[in-house]
Amino acid sequence: MSSTMVDPAQRSGKFAAFHIDLPLLLGLLALLAFGLVILYSATGQSETMMKAQVIRLGIALAVMVGVAQLSPQTIRRWAVALFSVGLLMLVAVLLFGYVGKGAQRWLDLGFMKFQPSEIMKLAVPMAVAWFIASHNLPPRVWHLFIGFLMCAIPTLLIAKQPDLGTSLLIAMSGVFVLFMAGMSWRLISFIAVLVSAFAPVMWYFLMHDYQRQRVLTFLNPETDPLGSGYHIIQSKIAIGSGGVDGKGWLQGTQSQLEFLPERHTDFIFSVLSEEFGLIGVILLLAIYLFIIGRGLIIASKAQDNFSKLVAASFTLTFFVYVFVNIGMVSGLLPVVGVPLPLVSYGGTSMVTLMAAFGVLMSVSTHKRMLANV
Amino acid sequence: MLKKRVAMQDIAAETRLFNSRAVVAMLVVCGLFSVILLNMYNLQVRSHQDYQIRSEGNRIKVLPLAPNRGLISDRNGILLAENRPVFSLELVPEQIDDIETTLRRLAQLIAISAEQQQDFLQQVRQQRRFNSIALKERLDEQEVAVISVNLHRFPGVTVEARLSRHYPFGDLFTHALGYIGKINTDDLRRLDEQGRLANYAASREIGKLGLERYYEEQLHGTMGFQEVEVNNRGRVIRVLRSVPARSGKNIRLSLDVGLQLTAQQTLNQSRGAIVAMDPRDGAVLAFYSNPSYDPNLFVHGISSSNYNALLHSPDRPLINRATQGIYPPASTIKPHLALLGLETDTVQPDTKVWDPGYFTLPNSDHRFRDWKRGGHGWVDVYSAVAESCDIYFYDLGIKLGIDRISDYMRQFGFGERTGIDIHEEASANMPSRGWKRARFNQPWYPGDTVPLSIGQSFWTATPVQLALSTAVIVNKGMMPTPHMAAELSSADSSELVDPGLRPAVNVIDEKNWEVVADTMVRTVATLKGTAHPAFKKALYSSAGKTGTAQVVAIAQDAKYNADALAEQHRDNAMYIGYAPADNPTVVFAIAVENTGGGGSVGAPIGRQLLDYYFSAGVNSNE
Repeated sequence: MSSTMVDPAQRSGKFAAFHIDLPLLLGLLALLAFGLVILYSATGQSETMMKAQVIRLGIALAVMVGVAQLSPQTIRRWAVALFSVGLLMLVAVLLFGYVGKGAQRWLDLGFMKFQPSEIMKLAVPMAVAWFIASHNLPPRVWHLFIGFLMCAIPTLLIAKQPDLGTSLLIAMSGVFVLFMAGMSWRLISFIAVLVSAFAPVMWYFLMHDYQRQRVLTFLNPETDPLGSGYHIIQSKIAIGSGGVDGKGWLQGTQSQLEFLPERHTDFIFSVLSEEFGLIGVILLLAIYLFIIGRGLIIASKAQDNFSKLVAASFTLTFFVYVFVNIGMVSGLLPVVGVPLPLVSYGGTSMVTLMAAFGVLMSVSTHKRMLANV
Repeated sequence: MLKKRVAMQDIAAETRLFNSRAVVAMLVVCGLFSVILLNMYNLQVRSHQDYQIRSEGNRIKVLPLAPNRGLISDRNGILLAENRPVFSLELVPEQIDDIETTLRRLAQLIAISAEQQQDFLQQVRQQRRFNSIALKERLDEQEVAVISVNLHRFPGVTVEARLSRHYPFGDLFTHALGYIGKINTDDLRRLDEQGRLANYAASREIGKLGLERYYEEQLHGTMGFQEVEVNNRGRVIRVLRSVPARSGKNIRLSLDVGLQLTAQQTLNQSRGAIVAMDPRDGAVLAFYSNPSYDPNLFVHGISSSNYNALLHSPDRPLINRATQGIYPPASTIKPHLALLGLETDTVQPDTKVWDPGYFTLPNSDHRFRDWKRGGHGWVDVYSAVAESCDIYFYDLGIKLGIDRISDYMRQFGFGERTGIDIHEEASANMPSRGWKRARFNQPWYPGDTVPLSIGQSFWTATPVQLALSTAVIVNKGMMPTPHMAAELSSADSSELVDPGLRPAVNVIDEKNWEVVADTMVRTVATLKGTAHPAFKKALYSSAGKTGTAQVVAIAQDAKYNADALAEQHRDNAMYIGYAPADNPTVVFAIAVENTGGGGSVGAPIGRQLLDYYFSAGVNSNE
């Protein structure tokens, strides 16, 4: 018994020298591998797209390993700076941003187009954690207030682009910090009531027509089967027709015959469900659950509050991505355009996510050295 | 600052608080994953069947395949209606880089009108890019050749062949065959009511007239289909299952091309109709209405100028005179009336009547004249028919009375549709007291019976009715149903069309049939017989009856052009007959409008018809 315990411990020790958390790495690699298998089918066996995705994966893994080399202290020191730069860039986007797909999300840096909201996915929880962790836990009410403010400003700036989905996810990543920091349940209930009261205001004054349409379609997709309800209906048909054991890899008629929209990006989960069935779904959820569990364990074992809060927030935000994406393609949530993390085709968000996992690895692997020092 | 904060920090309490939050978070994560799983279970297990069906419905489409229409041939297998390939120039937009340039280059090879190009570009915008769209239809042979030679220069351009109906004999069989035309909304409604609409999913044309219409169900065949897998844009990915279409049945008619041609030639420029049939089974051997028209005009949609020319022609070519031509039968019905006279013992074969050249009703001084000034003198039933004495039949008619005449003649089929296998048939009119009351609100006067007795006034008949009534005489009361289709055959089976005979006219004394037949034989054979001059030196025996109607063209048909009436005041020539005189194999009826008498015009046509019939042995194999 003890000998079996030693082996992985030793091996993880070796990985720890490179600041790699082995269980998290294995979980991520399993997810990425499974993701590539699904993507091959979802892209219609496009080799060029597979190549592009593999290159992105390489870059993202390199970014993860690179970030893991930084100590949590370093990361903490950079948090405020990153947050400030991100905030400035968001303002810049609104003033001089590049308009694509009807929204102003990109900043043209000359050599590349760049979405500042990606920085804020990392910077907001880091900055809020930095602020909250610089005081005792649980945080006081006015600390929380400032924490909320730090979430609210970038959220509103991003919502203005407009990118409601990302802005809400970023707000949530900040709120997770506050929750994990021990915000009282009374305050949580109070805010919950406040948010529900705010919902009609949002509906009438802040949401765009297309966003309202998405919500309406979500509530009753069959009213508009050929319009905006088409996506969700086709997705549910794909999932439902997959059954328990699926139609087989590359055999999904909904996805291969292109009835399924956005099949290699937002709706890739439907491809998985159709071709691998409930068994494939359970396997994917198990991998996600393992990664999330490992993330929370890393957070709880972290040695300082900043590390704990950042690690927990990143993990929970990752979960929210998973839940929102699966929820939307299976008809539980409105269609908001969130990709399935680390599986959907696409670059920027993958790099951001892997950077966050780099932070988790840093938190996981730097503590012993810190203890030794 | 740092010291103070560290001093106040309760690390254990903070860790407990954080860990409890982490546990809550993990529980929420597990809870929400459970929600996802439960939803997946609902979708993939409980509602799996529903979604499975909807998924199949998405991807599987059924493409109908049109069957080939059955062919129609004459009694000897000569094709009268066939399917010929017609070629159209088609383009698949997605395979063509520059449609404008391709059109311009194609227009240098063959004539393509600006209208055709506009229509094509319109279609390109409306249709899927992978669908083949016709640029020019019905290419002629030269165009097919020019395009085919240059096809390699035009990727995405094809010459498509499809079958189209063609009637090689043009106007010769139009009123028998009819024609097919594009399916219109009326056709669709009728098919829907008959529950046959589904079978026409791939069909573009339908029988509009004549045999093409009557036997539509048999000629059309059964649609086949291909079950194909399609993608979200409807492009066919692969064929899953294919059920070939079953061609329609081929129909062999009893009509004879040669006899039909003879009929056309004998009628020449005259308006009229000829029907010849085998009295033994009702098989129609000739069925021709003059003037006729080319049915091929209708297959691809007739131009309005062509159609108006047909519609407004004073000769009314669109009317099927063989079944819709309503003519006073005139003297041709004298044999029938003679039978009624004999049967009712009103006259005996040797009863003699004095014909002074006129007939008067009691208490009247109106003279009904005989066609022969001075009269025929003493006549019996034989000479009355053979010489077509009117006075004998005026007298007989008055003695019989309208009721007996009307009832008995109805048994010969007058006033009723014969049931020939086309839908364009008129019942004509066999008048009665009730009919006159209903039509004119007048009682029947004896003065109405007199002209009726020589087949004039209200009595009308179609040529096919006259031929059929002749068959009844020949068959001694048994009536066949006239039919032009003789045999329907498919690849694996064939059935003969034989509606059989039915008893129509019952007699008390069978000998009376022989008397009546004898009167008709004498019409041809005796020197004074009205048809005798026409059949001089014939190599066969035949019998007949002439008729000359002294009325305007088609009585009671108000559709006739009033301007043309003046030249149409001449007599109609009528002739019915059969041959050989004993054991007849053919009966016929001839109606020729406004040309002269039955003896001078009708009987000679009968002679030519029978000359051909016997020389060519039309019906001898039966």
